[in-house]
Amino acid sequence: MPDDVVFWVLAVPAVASGAMVFRYDSMARATYALLLSLLCVGGLVIRLGLDYLGVVVILMMTIEMALMAVFMVMFMMNPAGLLPMSMVHNKRGAAAVSAAVFVLLAAGIVLAPWPGRRGKPDADPTMALGESLMGPHMLTMMTLGLALFTTIVATVVLATGRGRYDRFGDDLCARRPADPVRPGARR
Amino acid sequence: MADTAPVWAVVLLPFALAAAAVLVAGFDAVLAAAAEGGRPGRPLRAAPAPLRAGLRLLGQQPRRTTAGDPWLGRIGIALVPVAAVLAGAVLPWGFRAVTDPVVGVVWFNAMEALAWAAVWLAGWGPNSALSLVGGYRFLAQGLAYELPHMLALTTAALGAESLRVGEVVAGQRGLWFAVWMPVAFAVFLLSALAMAFWGPFDHPLGRDAAGGAAAEYAGVDRLVLLAGRWLLLVVTAGFSVPLFLGGGHGPWLPAWAWTLLKTAAVLGLLVAGRRLLPTLRMERYVEFAWTVLVPLTLLQALAVAIVVLER
Repeated sequence: MPDDVVFWVLAVPAVASGAMVFRYDSMARATYALLLSLLCVGGLVIRLGLDYLGVVVILMMTIEMALMAVFMVMFMMNPAGLLPMSMVHNKRGAAAVSAAVFVLLAAGIVLAPWPGRRGKPDADPTMALGESLMGPHMLTMMTLGLALFTTIVATVVLATGRGRYDRFGDDLCARRPADPVRPGARR
Repeated sequence: MADTAPVWAVVLLPFALAAAAVLVAGFDAVLAAAAEGGRPGRPLRAAPAPLRAGLRLLGQQPRRTTAGDPWLGRIGIALVPVAAVLAGAVLPWGFRAVTDPVVGVVWFNAMEALAWAAVWLAGWGPNSALSLVGGYRFLAQGLAYELPHMLALTTAALGAESLRVGEVVAGQRGLWFAVWMPVAFAVFLLSALAMAFWGPFDHPLGRDAAGGAAAEYAGVDRLVLLAGRWLLLVVTAGFSVPLFLGGGHGPWLPAWAWTLLKTAAVLGLLVAGRRLLPTLRMERYVEFAWTVLVPLTLLQALAVAIVVLER
C-alpha cells in the first residue's frame, strides 16, 4: 500500500510536468518542468531499490537542466514567455506521430512475452553495478567514454571562434595566449 | 556506527540548522563590527544583528516587478533552504544522522546541485537584468567548483570504500582523512564557500550588480533566500567533519561534542577567512579550477586508490 502511494505520488507529477513542458511558453518554465519530471523519475528509480542510480539521476539531471536553461534562453526567440508562443510545431503531424509511438510502445508492453525473474536481486545493487561496469563491461564503458569525450571536444573545437591556435599561434609556442581578456591561471 | 536517529530528529533538524545559521551569522556580524573599529567589547553587541535584520525583513513588503515570473522566482528561493535541510539529513551528529542511506555522499551532492539550480531561478524570476546577471554568475561558479568538489567527495568515499556517510566516519577511527587527503579537504572547503556563494565567491550576489540574484527581493522572499544561504554554508561546512575530520571521533569528549566543536571550528575558519580575500571573478576561477584543481584532485584520488588497494 505505501509503495502504491509513493508510486502514484511520483508518477502523476512526472507525467503531468512532462506534458507541461509543451504547454508553457517560457523556456525557463519548460526547462524546470522537465527537471521536475526527471526528479520524479529519479524518485521512482530509488523506489525500485536502485538507490545509486536514482540519486545519480537526480544529481545529473539537475545540473543538466540548469545548464540547458541557459542554452534554451540563449537560442530561443521568446525565452521569457512575454509574447504568445507555442512549444509545439506541426501540431497535427506531431500529434499523429506521438499517438502512433504511444500505441506502439503500449502494445509492446502488453504483448511482449516478458521473461520471469531468474535468480535474486543483488544484496547491494550499487556494488553490483560498479562491478559490472568495471568488470565485464569495462571495455564498452571505456570506449563509450572516450567516444563521448571526443565528441564533446570536437564539437567545442568546431563551435568555438577562438581555438588554441588562435590563442597560442599556429605552432602553439606562444608563451602568452593572445586573448582579448587576460585569463586567470596564467596572469 | 551507522545508527539512525529517532523520529523526533526529523523535526528537530531544521531548527538545529537554523540555530547554527543564526549563531554563525551573529559571529560574522561581530567580525564585521570589529573590522569597523571601536572600543574593545563593543563589537559583541553586534551579535544579535542578524536576528534584528531578519525581523525587519519579516515586516517588509515583498517587491513586485513588471512581467516577472514570481512562481519560478519563489520556487528558486524556497529551494535554497529546502535543499540545505535535505542535504543536512545525512549529516551525522556524533554517530547518528537523521538518515544514513547507502548512497549518502551522492545524496548530499545531489541536494547541493538543487541549490545551485535554485539560485538561477531566483535570479530569473524578477525579470530584472541585474538579478539575472547574478543568477548566471552562480551557474558559471557552479561550473568552476562542482567538478573538483565532486572529485573531493569521491576521494573521501574511496578512502572509506563506501558511499555511506556512517562508514566514511567509521573509516577515520584511527586517522582523519584530512591528514592523508589534504588536497581533497582543501578543495572541499573552497567549494563549501563557493556553494554558499560566500566569501571570495560572492560574485553572484555582488555589489557591482546591486546585489545580483537577490537584487529585486525584499521582505520574506529576501529573508528566505539569505537565510537559505547561511543554511547552505552551515550544512556544507558541517559535512566536512564526517568526510574529512573524523566525525564524532575524538578522545575524552562525547561524540556529539566533538562534532559540534569541529563544525564550529570549520565554520569559524570559513567565516573569518572570507574577510581576508577579495571577491573572485568566476572566469578566473574556472581556469584555475580546471587546469590546477581538477588534475590535483585526480592525483589525490589516485594516491588514495593506491593506498586502498594496498591495504
